[in-house]
Amino acid sequence: MTAKADGPVTAELEARAEKAESRRGLFLALPSYIYLLFLFALPLVIIGVYSFASRSRTGMPKLEAWNLDSITKLFTDDLVRSIFARSLIVAVLTTTFCLLVGYPFAYYIATRSEKMRNLLLVFVMIPFWTNFLVRTYAWRVLLGEDGLITELGRFLNLWDSMLFTLPAVYIGLIYGFLPFMVLPLYAAIERLDWSLIEAARDLYASGWEAFRKVTLPLTKQGIIAGSILVFIPSLGAYVTPDILGGAKTTLIGNYVVNQFLTARNWPLGSSVSMAIMVVMLIATIWYFRSGAKTL
Amino acid sequence: MRRILVIALALALLAAACGGDDSSELVDAAAACEVGEVDGDLDLYNWSEYIEPELITAFEAEYGVAVNESFYDSNEAMLPQIESGGNDYDLVVPSDYTVTIMSEEGLIIALNKDAIPNLSNLDPAFTGLPYDENDEYSVPYQWGTSGIGYSYEVVPEDWEVSWEIIFDPDFAPDVSGSISLLNDPRETLGIALKYLGYSVNTTDQGELDEAVELILSVKDRIKLFDSDQFEDLLVSGETTVSHGWSGDFFAAFDEASTDDYDAYEDFGYGIPKEGAVAWVDTMAIPITADAPCTAHTFINFILDAENGAALTNFNFYASPNAASEPFVDPEILEDETIYPPDDVFERLEFLADTGDFETNYSDALNEVKS
Amino acid sequence: MTARQSTTLTRRLDRFLTGHAWLVYLFFYLPILVLIVFSFNESRFFTWEALSLRWYRQMFANDNLMAALWVSLQVATISTIVSTVLGTAAALALERYKRWLGKRTFDALLYLPVIIPDVTMAAMLLVFFTSLGQQLSITTIVLSHIAFNISFVSIVVRARLANLDPSLEEAAADLYAGRWQAFRKVTLPLIMPGVLGGALLALTLSLDDVVITQFVKGPDTLPTFVFGLIKRGVTPEINAVSTLMLTASVVLVLSSLALQRKK
Repeated sequence: MTAKADGPVTAELEARAEKAESRRGLFLALPSYIYLLFLFALPLVIIGVYSFASRSRTGMPKLEAWNLDSITKLFTDDLVRSIFARSLIVAVLTTTFCLLVGYPFAYYIATRSEKMRNLLLVFVMIPFWTNFLVRTYAWRVLLGEDGLITELGRFLNLWDSMLFTLPAVYIGLIYGFLPFMVLPLYAAIERLDWSLIEAARDLYASGWEAFRKVTLPLTKQGIIAGSILVFIPSLGAYVTPDILGGAKTTLIGNYVVNQFLTARNWPLGSSVSMAIMVVMLIATIWYFRSGAKTL
Repeated sequence: MRRILVIALALALLAAACGGDDSSELVDAAAACEVGEVDGDLDLYNWSEYIEPELITAFEAEYGVAVNESFYDSNEAMLPQIESGGNDYDLVVPSDYTVTIMSEEGLIIALNKDAIPNLSNLDPAFTGLPYDENDEYSVPYQWGTSGIGYSYEVVPEDWEVSWEIIFDPDFAPDVSGSISLLNDPRETLGIALKYLGYSVNTTDQGELDEAVELILSVKDRIKLFDSDQFEDLLVSGETTVSHGWSGDFFAAFDEASTDDYDAYEDFGYGIPKEGAVAWVDTMAIPITADAPCTAHTFINFILDAENGAALTNFNFYASPNAASEPFVDPEILEDETIYPPDDVFERLEFLADTGDFETNYSDALNEVKS
Repeated sequence: MTARQSTTLTRRLDRFLTGHAWLVYLFFYLPILVLIVFSFNESRFFTWEALSLRWYRQMFANDNLMAALWVSLQVATISTIVSTVLGTAAALALERYKRWLGKRTFDALLYLPVIIPDVTMAAMLLVFFTSLGQQLSITTIVLSHIAFNISFVSIVVRARLANLDPSLEEAAADLYAGRWQAFRKVTLPLIMPGVLGGALLALTLSLDDVVITQFVKGPDTLPTFVFGLIKRGVTPEINAVSTLMLTASVVLVLSSLALQRKK
């Protein structure tokens, strides 16, 4: 073959390869694609429609007398707005704590020998195979009047019983969601190219600098994934604030559950849920964007 | 993508259009039921741990049918399950105000009283109650009150139980910071309304606002809002004054007592002099039933004198079944806080559905908690 | 100590990391110890009375509880397997194939179940099943659990895939005859920690979920049964179940690790 004929043939081959590639991609994604369209997208649309319906006595909304009441309440009602703001603060703080505790912990696991790593990882998950509610009630015992943690605090003269206070809520949330932070962080740290880190340590004066300039950017994906996985359930949390915080402050998760399970106001419950979802979407997109720029 | 949205919307609207069972056939079937007739296994949809398990076994043995139990933990969780119709429950146990909603929305059927001869065992005080004035749709199962459980240590001797222990900061200042209130819009605001002298079923926003202000003014006295474990927290010393349901307190006192310790010497339960909320759980047949005769037979079985007493001895709530009293544990029967005398009974108020005002109660509780 | 660690970590840092890790493990296991200890307590309350097997006897005698446990195990197993396979495939499609029909929509769709509050997902699934006339049953629980687990699995696998050097896989594609072989011999082992992590996460979420299951359940799973029990204030039996499940999972995991070591 001459050089002249080579060009178009390669182009055609490439085009065909790309097509095959595209087919394979779709083929791999198709099962979950169809699954999520039916078991997620479709129901989501239905609940979106509910936001405009009117409340009925039984809970399930009446699909008549369409109105914007549930939507406007989100923007005009002081109660809803203050609950929303409070919940955002709780979620951000919980995520920060989890990252601070989880990073060195994941780093520790990822730097053990391979056998140890698997074992250590499994021991992270084991407590979480017991039910969330049961574990949360166990914290009640630890933090209560005669609890171990309370006794320790009294011994150290640092704290008294924290049960039914805000610190107890944070302890419960961090306890519940820390593994969601540790797992992706571990996955990211474990596959680090250690020769790069070594080179960085030679290059930069301090270990901290090497960490900040090389390790941290390389584990960015894990940090993002972990933070999203923690932020989201923290924002929707309602069991922990009730059980450990004594239900003294309503968070947005409680508010949604109230609409469905006590006020029987599904339209409002739907619209608040949609609002939470929008906030989470914005946070996720923002996080991805800013992450791409600064890290 | 747009096409998918359109299809989804159409489906959603379609789903709404074809909701609603036709219940007339079921009513006809029920009308033909004979006493003791069974027409299939019983799918019982009940609160968890609310029935003496031996009663289930006895019913199965006596009538040769199986009883399949499913559970719910609030009326509000049960309602959509019945309304959506994706199940075949034969018997549900809705509380008072829920009966009104269910009957008016056509979710339960009128009962065939001829198939339930034991109805005559009922205490007349539990017939013609406001939630089902003609006793058409429901039969009382158990009833109780929400009052105050407390430690004798923190109240004066011969104290006449009153909501003042919660709302009056000058009364027993020691209890500040160790009070628990129920975590339920109607119940929690209900006690403030009662203390102020209003009805627990008020639909007056001004009165409700006053109630919110009252609770907010004593919020630092309140340790927590809890509807699940308040009784255990009282017995374990975490709280000293607790707003909650009668049967839960007694079960906890009973459990805490041992051979050499009597919890009843340290703890008490009382219905405040200002009045309190009372509730009745009932048995009703939902439109999802496919064995209406078995359901009638089961209602009749529960209304049996000895079986009614077995329920009370199991969960420490009072029985609306007058004939059962000889079989009830005397300690329970003689307890005036479980079986209150007439003058106390008159101060009790049942919760009623307030329609769209329910959302105001819900918001009011959230205001208290911010 | 492995070689790579001794060269990259200073002693002091390693000592800090070790101490920190022990504290975190203590934090993880303290509540677990509490429930193990109190599962052997005679009293119904969280005050120590006497050593007793009362709750274990009651647990085995409680048919409803045993049925709920069985349902939970079935649901967790099936939903974990299905969502791990689907989620891993989805992650591969998104990370390894540049352009295909509907990729961006799929990417967004895959993230949504993660960022939606439990209770919304619960309500919409209930509405969906009932509008299809689908009786609520163990099937609806499994279907719902898969729906949220696919996304969690794919996120974890993607985090792993993202920084993997694709040239390794390309080399493998040249080396091995088929794509499948290249995948099985090179890609899969490389992403295995991610896949296992995703599967563990799915298993945990499935065994833990109350809210969604509560709405779409036919029979009770263990968490919803526990939820009902807690409403009635009966907890030590639950401590007994938890202790047994914990023991079972520890034995299972340790023996599988031991088996791996033998190979």
